[in-house]
Amino acid sequence: MSCCAAGTIVGESAPTPTPARPETGMRHSDFVVPGIHCAGCIRTIEQGLARVPGVVSARVNFSTRRVAVDHDAAVIDAEGVGAALVALGYEARGFDPAQAGDMGEDVRGRDLLRALAVAGFAAGNVMLLSVSVWSGADEATRALFHWISAMIALPALVFAGRPFFRSAVTALRHGRLNMDVPIALAVILAGAMSLHATITDRGDAYFDAAMSLLFFLLIGRVLDHMMRARARSAVTQLMSLWATDATVLEADGSSRRVKVQDLVPGMAVRVAAGERVPADGRVASGQSEIDAQLVTGESTPGAVAAGDVVHAGTVNLLAPLVLTVTAVGNDTFLAEVIRLMEAAESGRARFVRIADRAARIYAPAVHLIALLAFAGWMFTTGGDWHAALTVAVATLIITCPCALGLAVPAVHVVASGILFRSGILLKDGTALERLAEADRVAFDKTGTLTRGQPVVTWMSAAGDEELSAIAGLARQSRHPLAVAVAKLLDERDVVAAPVEHVSELPGRGLEGWWRGRCVRLGKPGFAGEEVDIPAAGSALVFAVDGQVAVRFALEDRVRPDAAEAVGRLAALEPVILSGDRAEAVGATAQRIGVAHWQSGLSPADKVAAISGASAGGHRVLMVGDGINDAPALAAAHVSMAPASASDVGRTAADLVFLGERLDAVPFALDVARRARRLVLQNFALAIGYNIVAVPLAVMGEASPLVAAIAMSTSSILVTFNALRLRWMMRRGAGADEAADDGVTAVPPHARLAA
Amino acid sequence: MNGLLFLIPVALFLGAVGLGAFIWALKSGQFDDPEGAARRILLDDE
Repeated sequence: MSCCAAGTIVGESAPTPTPARPETGMRHSDFVVPGIHCAGCIRTIEQGLARVPGVVSARVNFSTRRVAVDHDAAVIDAEGVGAALVALGYEARGFDPAQAGDMGEDVRGRDLLRALAVAGFAAGNVMLLSVSVWSGADEATRALFHWISAMIALPALVFAGRPFFRSAVTALRHGRLNMDVPIALAVILAGAMSLHATITDRGDAYFDAAMSLLFFLLIGRVLDHMMRARARSAVTQLMSLWATDATVLEADGSSRRVKVQDLVPGMAVRVAAGERVPADGRVASGQSEIDAQLVTGESTPGAVAAGDVVHAGTVNLLAPLVLTVTAVGNDTFLAEVIRLMEAAESGRARFVRIADRAARIYAPAVHLIALLAFAGWMFTTGGDWHAALTVAVATLIITCPCALGLAVPAVHVVASGILFRSGILLKDGTALERLAEADRVAFDKTGTLTRGQPVVTWMSAAGDEELSAIAGLARQSRHPLAVAVAKLLDERDVVAAPVEHVSELPGRGLEGWWRGRCVRLGKPGFAGEEVDIPAAGSALVFAVDGQVAVRFALEDRVRPDAAEAVGRLAALEPVILSGDRAEAVGATAQRIGVAHWQSGLSPADKVAAISGASAGGHRVLMVGDGINDAPALAAAHVSMAPASASDVGRTAADLVFLGERLDAVPFALDVARRARRLVLQNFALAIGYNIVAVPLAVMGEASPLVAAIAMSTSSILVTFNALRLRWMMRRGAGADEAADDGVTAVPPHARLAA
Repeated sequence: MNGLLFLIPVALFLGAVGLGAFIWALKSGQFDDPEGAARRILLDDE
């Protein structure tokens, strides 16, 4: 993507500012533009779109990588705006926020923030008044302060408590208890009791405690929501990269663009060189090579000619092909993979978050303790319901899961922020918890351990003139081997010589004329002699008039830090599960030091390998990128994929990492494990606080002052403990802790902003 | 006591101003794109 290039102007006519005319079909359209990554992009897009006739306003939202455009439907439709974005050099996809279920969530986030603001305002002011009461305000002042507190707190309790009341009612209606039931009960009872105390001017008022309870809990809710919103925006970003169009050839020779889902078997589809095959089909005409890396994991492209079958998702490398579509929808290879994926995914749905597991035990316990306290006081005081109810309410407020509600979201927001800055996108809120539990790791080879692109590893001695002829030939091809050679020569600043009449012979190589001589660059048998091909790589030969002049050895290089990254995961017994040939897999396994590997696996075989390990009680982390890996990614306990992965692969994975370096995998694992340790510490803190505070409350010693202090300190303690994660990751790993886990923390060098 | 009658409304008023400012900011979309706002600083035109 040519980002940050100077703004390309769209539209040949001079830009004319279109006045806003609401009555003539003003439309609002949203686009997902994943390529936005710098201030320059914002300017390019906003100014570029402003010059398009019919566009009234365009606004980039950097946080969500979206562009909101108001345009005059009479002049330009949504598709036209999308095309203008593409012309500016950005991949763009229109999307319907309502359909994506996105708008509703945004409203929810705002509701929570508004409730938080009101709760914060009320808690602050009520606390201010309470401090005077505690420090001994006398009778008239005390009554006045209680009345003012009541007038602030009661409306605020109703407003800010709504998220909890709503959730509690839903839970009760389904006959369940969740954390929100004791919260709602405590808030309502505390409000009513305190109002009673204010009116009768007898007893303590708990307005401050009820208010700060809501305030702290809402902080937890907002953090949790932020975390989910972040995950969701990662998903929409990734989804928007799906290829959706195909070029269909009509009987009369004309062509039109059609959405992939509208393809019908029997249609003739043209696939240009470099384009992705949109549907399963049979080649009707043309000769080319097909790169099936993302589909089968095979690293070397295969030649195809008329009559051969090609699968959706493969990439056409050399020359245009015309396909007859043979299968669409449910009949394709892709649909088969998706079926396998869905079957494999069911296990993951059973995963319960730590917070929910805690709530299952905690909520009934809280109710039971409060009820027992009430009954106990009724019994000992001989039926003084006012005193008994006060104790029960104090118990509910004290035991309320302030710290528990913050314990998990605070840690997770900090952790996902660390991952995001290191170029790792978290797609699922529970992925961090699942990642921390992984005790086995399985890798795909092609595109995951390797880069998926061959590089020149060796070249025989060559003269300058020959090199420039090679550059002239190699630059005219999209074949990965030719691209690798061209890249090497570019790095050496070789100037390409003009080579004429270049033709590309699928499965063999390139041929052309240079200074009146026939030059060829291709497989050894095609260009000249037979040579020994290295076990895991390919060889290229450059020949002039049939005489071999230069030889190249190429290989799909492993990622630069693959051995190191895999070595750091040694405690998880890494395995390679690949669909590639045995020799290629074996060589890679040897190079990065993995003892166990399997080759030639089908998607179902990979799932079987993962379920085998799961059946043995292990929790597998799967790292893969291909369409063939997708079912295994879904079957694994937790999964990661590089951003270069296939659409299906990225969708199936829980985490997606950007950049070249594989140390994103041990890094993410390390962050997840530290996050889990902090969550557990936070739970321990919260439970410890309850052990101290609950007996006080049950004994009737929890005055409003004690309640306020206990609640605030435990919440603040838990939040600071969560922030420690950031500090820990910045400092690097403590060597002792890292040794326990078999992983160490080295932040990946892949930065999002790069 | 006279001080209280004067100071409490002042405190409440200042708090309410803060709350109002926050809700206004929320409503006018200033929390929609915090990352973008950080980067727009770098653009000198507009």
